[in-house]
Amino acid sequence: MTVVLNINSQRHEVDADPATPLLYVLRNDLKLNGAKFGCGLGQCGACTVLVEREPVFSCLTPIAVLEGRRVRTLEGLGTADKPGPLQAAFIKEQAAQCGYCIPGMILRAQALLEKNASPTQAQIRDHMQPNLCRCGTHMRILRAIDRAAKDMKTASATPPAPTETAR
Amino acid sequence: MTKAFMPPLSRRALLAGGGAVIVSFALTRHGLAQDAAPAKTKLPGDLSKAPMLDSWIGIDAQGGITVFTGKAELGQGIKTALLQCAAEELKVAPDTITLVTADTARTPNEGYTAGSHSMQDSGVAIRCAAAQVRAIMMTLAAAKLGVSEPDLTARDGAISTKNGRSARYAELVSGEALHVAAQPMSPLTPPKELKVIGEEMPRVDIPGKLTGKPMYVQDLRPDGMLHARVLRPSNYGARLAYFSTDAVRAMPGVVDIVRDGSFIAVVAQGEFQAINAVNVLAQNAHWSDGPQLPEQRTIHETLMALPSQDSTILDKGDAAQSGVKRLKATYTRPYQAHASIGPSCAVALWQDDRLTVWTHSQGVYPLRDSIAKMLALPPEQIHCIHAEGSGCYGHNAADDVAGDAALIAKAMPGKPIRVQWMREDEHGWEPFGPAMQTQVEAAVDTEGKLIAWQFEVWSNTHSMRPGGPGNLLAGQYLAQPFQPDAPKPIPQPEGGGDRNAIPIYAIPNARVVSHFTPDMPIRVSALRALGAYHNIFTTESFMDEMADAAGADPVAFRLAHLQDPRARDVVTRAAKEFGWNDKEKAPAGWGRGFAFARYKNLAAYCAVALDLHVDRSSGIISLGRVVAAVDSGQAVNPDGIRNQIEGAIVQSASWTTVEEVTFDRERITSRDWSSYPILRFPALPQSVAVHVIDRPEQPFLGTGEAGQGPAAAAIANAFARATGTRMRQLPLSPPRVRSAVAI
Repeated sequence: MTVVLNINSQRHEVDADPATPLLYVLRNDLKLNGAKFGCGLGQCGACTVLVEREPVFSCLTPIAVLEGRRVRTLEGLGTADKPGPLQAAFIKEQAAQCGYCIPGMILRAQALLEKNASPTQAQIRDHMQPNLCRCGTHMRILRAIDRAAKDMKTASATPPAPTETAR
Repeated sequence: MTKAFMPPLSRRALLAGGGAVIVSFALTRHGLAQDAAPAKTKLPGDLSKAPMLDSWIGIDAQGGITVFTGKAELGQGIKTALLQCAAEELKVAPDTITLVTADTARTPNEGYTAGSHSMQDSGVAIRCAAAQVRAIMMTLAAAKLGVSEPDLTARDGAISTKNGRSARYAELVSGEALHVAAQPMSPLTPPKELKVIGEEMPRVDIPGKLTGKPMYVQDLRPDGMLHARVLRPSNYGARLAYFSTDAVRAMPGVVDIVRDGSFIAVVAQGEFQAINAVNVLAQNAHWSDGPQLPEQRTIHETLMALPSQDSTILDKGDAAQSGVKRLKATYTRPYQAHASIGPSCAVALWQDDRLTVWTHSQGVYPLRDSIAKMLALPPEQIHCIHAEGSGCYGHNAADDVAGDAALIAKAMPGKPIRVQWMREDEHGWEPFGPAMQTQVEAAVDTEGKLIAWQFEVWSNTHSMRPGGPGNLLAGQYLAQPFQPDAPKPIPQPEGGGDRNAIPIYAIPNARVVSHFTPDMPIRVSALRALGAYHNIFTTESFMDEMADAAGADPVAFRLAHLQDPRARDVVTRAAKEFGWNDKEKAPAGWGRGFAFARYKNLAAYCAVALDLHVDRSSGIISLGRVVAAVDSGQAVNPDGIRNQIEGAIVQSASWTTVEEVTFDRERITSRDWSSYPILRFPALPQSVAVHVIDRPEQPFLGTGEAGQGPAAAAIANAFARATGTRMRQLPLSPPRVRSAVAI
């Protein structure tokens, strides 16, 4: 059965069981590496992507519920040559060890910064609670999110304002 | 499958098709790497294992430089640090070098990437080989340009004269110019002239990991790849009694079921199809009972009662003397899990009578030999290539899943097979860090100095790596099963269960006994820091207990017993940066703690000072400020060292305050993140600062495991200050804390 998905502003017709969780479609059908399999249980956040403006566990989200909804993955935020603000901040802070959890961290942080341009330390920690890191890179992840928030504010202070939230 | 594929981890894959010289290297590399070392002089680092310079460094006809290491990137940043070593001595920019990591067809056999050894083993070898290659280039250039060597300078891949004439490496190198044996002495760049070593070079792997490049073994997708899932038994040692495959075979996408004895796997076109199929297979499979597990509540009594091989690893003077005050205490740690965020994964392909395995194993050569024995193939027919996985922190299920993939691929010729474990497999079947018990007694004299120290440690082995095929989980469940190797202790001075059991402190009378228990009721192997985590937790907790007995400040007490000036510097630096003042009263519920160790008593020095708050009603420990100092010898990449120590501290805080593998009499019961919680963001320290003491004149010292023990003991010591109660059983989890200090 064909399901139409909007991933990073691109239309994809996917021939798959509608019950298939998004994660496997992203990784195997669309060959997008950003979202990672971690637990399949919604406990670790390695598979986090954005559906509209909300972070979701792609390992638990069947593609059937995604028709007509905008999905964003790590690949939609930037590239190695032209990283998005969070990616750039994570690179500047060297906020990775093995890096396996980081795509999920970046997507969850993206959702926060789109809603709250100046989160406090406590708000960041609380918001990032669903995502696990095993290397202990957390302190750098926090610094990177903080840096990205500041960088994004500086950038948005320069007109014209970004149209990121347009739907 | 159209052609042999390579993990797209580096530019190497592209280059391999280009330079003719490199291709011929590739064909002969295996032989080169295996040339035996000359017997006479010990060569530096792993040059002793692979003495030919071209085992480590290749320069092709276009001037492309390739560096080969037998070590693997595990997320510790080793690729970047090794590139820095090579670039410094070759006098080229790091980004002009292609680095090839652990690969049984191309790189030296450097054993396992483990034990904080990579910089001493591979870093030293590559740096020395690079310096010797540069010297060869100088000699060749002197002949070509007709000038004497002292008048030449190496820079940016060329050798130049003072008047501007130059020859590029590519012009100088020809034939087998680098196929020469390494010399014991290398013309290393003096510390003052270093330009790349010591720099905070950004990690080369981070941009790709942060933007979705195919960086992991999980990301490999060769044409025609199929997805497999293995149905693990109901519990340790259970055998497949009977099963039906009809329902599974009727499922969409299912290609085949591969079975050998009690090893059974489904292979499907799609990954989610394989997952669904293995779930249905589980409902149609029945297992015999395996042996009962011990009672978790009394696990340490059970382990202590097992037969043990006892060795006295330190015995000086009369350690039994009583002094003016003698204390005794027992400490325990539970089984703890590697618990990688990404479950273990491998891709394997059996084609043209050759098996290729892409693996995140820490030891591609030992894994190759293990798989060879399991499949009754000569090792030459097996090619193991390292591709990064999720961080492993020791011997997790990386080798097991490679064994799974090899078995399935062998049964399905021509089909690349990808196997990833499910979360419950990873948590339930990985080899855990062993539960341990220690008992320590010590006495102080009238001067408040330690005069006697007795330390005993009971532990299973800390290494069940491959090894024999029985060390691969699948090997134990075949129709003709393999037994795991007989467990062995890792000898001193590095030690395994007794790693860091010998105190670093100057104590005139001391005795340390290591009780090695071969029987393993729970599957165990190497978890980052091995026994050092618990032995340092014990030693450094007890140092505080003895400091209290002597009425001394914990930092001053340590310094009074430390003679090594580098140890003293690390302790002093951490105390100073933290602003240590034990006399100053902490706010209610807060306490400060300090701990120090030199990992293995021969690697990096690390001291940790921190404060924390204990909520007596919830039992929750909240970490405040954490400050560490570390001396890793010559620091190749100071930020890499800080990243490792920060990570070690946070990971150890997680082990120490929440982590414990649970089991009932049948099976492991901590099989996901809710039954095996680890630290989440809200529980992080308020801050972690790491101060690196660079020693440019000193050898590299391993860093990766140096922080775990000191962080654990600093937490326990701060807890004791905050509550007045000493906790000696890990983890200091909320239920334990509540029962210890409830109001």
